[in-house]
Amino acid sequence: MSEQIVTARNLARHYEVKQGFLSAPATVRALSDVSFDLRPGQTLAVVGESGCGKSTLARLVTMIEEPTGGELRIKGEAVTRDHWASLRSSVQIVFQDPYGSLNPRQRISTILQEPLKINRPDMSAEERDRLAREKLALVGLRPEHYDRFPHMFSGGQRQRISIARALMLDPAILVLDEPISALDVSIQSQILNLLVELQERLGLAYLFISHDLSVVRHFCDDVIVMYLGRVVEQGPSKEVFANPRHPYTKALISATPRAVPGSGRKRIKLQGELPSPMDLIEGCPFAPRCWRVTDQCRKSRPELSGGAHGIACYNPED
Amino acid sequence: MTDKERFVPDEGLAPASTVLPAAGELDEFTKPPRSQWANVWDQFKTHKGALWGGILFLLIVVTVFLGPYVWTIDPTHIDIRARNQGPSLAHPFGTDQLGRDMLARMMAGGRTSVSVGIAAMLLALGLGSLIGVMAGFFKRLDGPLMRLTDLFLALPLLPLLLVMMMLFREPLNATFGPEQGIFILIVCAIGITSWMPTARIVRGDVLALKEREFVLAARSMGTTNTKMILRHILPNVLSPIMVSATLGIATAIITESALSFLGLGFPPDFPTWGRLLFDATDYLQQYPERVFWPGMAISLTVLSVNYLGDGLRDALDPRIRGR
Repeated sequence: MSEQIVTARNLARHYEVKQGFLSAPATVRALSDVSFDLRPGQTLAVVGESGCGKSTLARLVTMIEEPTGGELRIKGEAVTRDHWASLRSSVQIVFQDPYGSLNPRQRISTILQEPLKINRPDMSAEERDRLAREKLALVGLRPEHYDRFPHMFSGGQRQRISIARALMLDPAILVLDEPISALDVSIQSQILNLLVELQERLGLAYLFISHDLSVVRHFCDDVIVMYLGRVVEQGPSKEVFANPRHPYTKALISATPRAVPGSGRKRIKLQGELPSPMDLIEGCPFAPRCWRVTDQCRKSRPELSGGAHGIACYNPED
Repeated sequence: MTDKERFVPDEGLAPASTVLPAAGELDEFTKPPRSQWANVWDQFKTHKGALWGGILFLLIVVTVFLGPYVWTIDPTHIDIRARNQGPSLAHPFGTDQLGRDMLARMMAGGRTSVSVGIAAMLLALGLGSLIGVMAGFFKRLDGPLMRLTDLFLALPLLPLLLVMMMLFREPLNATFGPEQGIFILIVCAIGITSWMPTARIVRGDVLALKEREFVLAARSMGTTNTKMILRHILPNVLSPIMVSATLGIATAIITESALSFLGLGFPPDFPTWGRLLFDATDYLQQYPERVFWPGMAISLTVLSVNYLGDGLRDALDPRIRGR
């Protein structure tokens, strides 16, 4: 196995939220105890429903926000505010909404050159221009697109531009924050193919955040299933999909739409709502919605255990 | 490793090319881009109202600033035998109750009014944008700055202006001379009391922009706050600022007129459009045209500036420009 490019150990991000004038601020535990490794060329998927901390994880890895606990290392270097500037060019992000992620007032040329202007201030204008055109071709856009404005492009093309911008600094890691969920299905596959090609050619590591399990199953090497800011199941994607052991994972997978009607297993319908991340839950956070719940689940939280294919559950599915 | 097969073949879009085209080949494809300002001008031309507004505003500015070199009658020259005349060749706009030429007075008054309008607008705009962007962008400043805005909104304008005149008129007159001094005082007075709406609008827009993903993307590549504001925030709040600017000129001219009308503005012998209007109201019954000229000038200026701003806002927005 090659060297790890990202290692995260017990990563946490808690927010203080003021509730009222007199009451003490509450803590929102957006992310707790997340650990993972990422090698060059590997794709790690993070799945889970809305509000489970996927995007928070993306923000931590891309150094938009600082973790409040745990340790994050990129290329062996600890990620702290002092190292942000030097590590930034190794991690870049592609956002979900291709309509919101490009500044409508800037030309594509300006958008693509922006990362270089900030992180390589001594680079000449011609060199920047050459690199930007090169990356534009790399993501499959034509040279005449170079001087246009973002509103002249379709969603898929915009997403290609976002990817080109993320590649400008030759990063080793791309964080893909639901890069295809805002696109048409036909465009989704184009973008996925592009991402696969780029990964093969550039040896990129992907942190792929998604809630589309059918994509994750084909596209990713490993998968992290999150629930309420915590990892509930983690392992190689083949194993997790073939043999989901945490009830939540099982429910998630059973909810994936199937191409052939009536061919699948019975869909597991979860009852109840996601608890508020502000509440301090003593037991397993999934206990209120779980069909295998026992008294033990309500009393104490199961820790993630089980090696390569780990789960946080007392009564795993077999 | 999972098998990363292709899902469906790429269609329509060019595939990620395996061989990058050489630099020379790239140059063939791309014409030099048109300059941004050529595009802006193209769009501006299509907005007929804005074009006419711009022409009219330019005409007014040229007339009031260059007119006195052509029409050389002194606006303060009193010719008591020629008072209260109607329009004639010697006095196209007639004369006032002291026999001063109305055309010359209109031009002199316009110079002051337009200058005050533009200067006060710029001051209010600068203050409003600065405070709005600061409040929207820096969470910590939001509370204090918005309370300051509320405070200014709650201040009664006229007593404040009275106090300002009383406190600062003499020292300013002593330093800059009576005309310059009162000009600075009035511009400051109008500017300082009219930046609040701009600040509020800008703050709201900045708050919304800050959550947009391109701002996050810029943050993830290490953009500093200054660069972020200058390159990503300000260009995107240009539209509301432009609207505020055009409305600002209009309100500034009207406020100046109101101040002169109340006798708080420029000295009585110093013509402005507001002062001319004030002087003319006494003779409204006998010589209604004397109210008409300055009133018309104020209305036309305000109207033309509003149209101009409307067109500029459209022309500066690449999304609208593309259509």
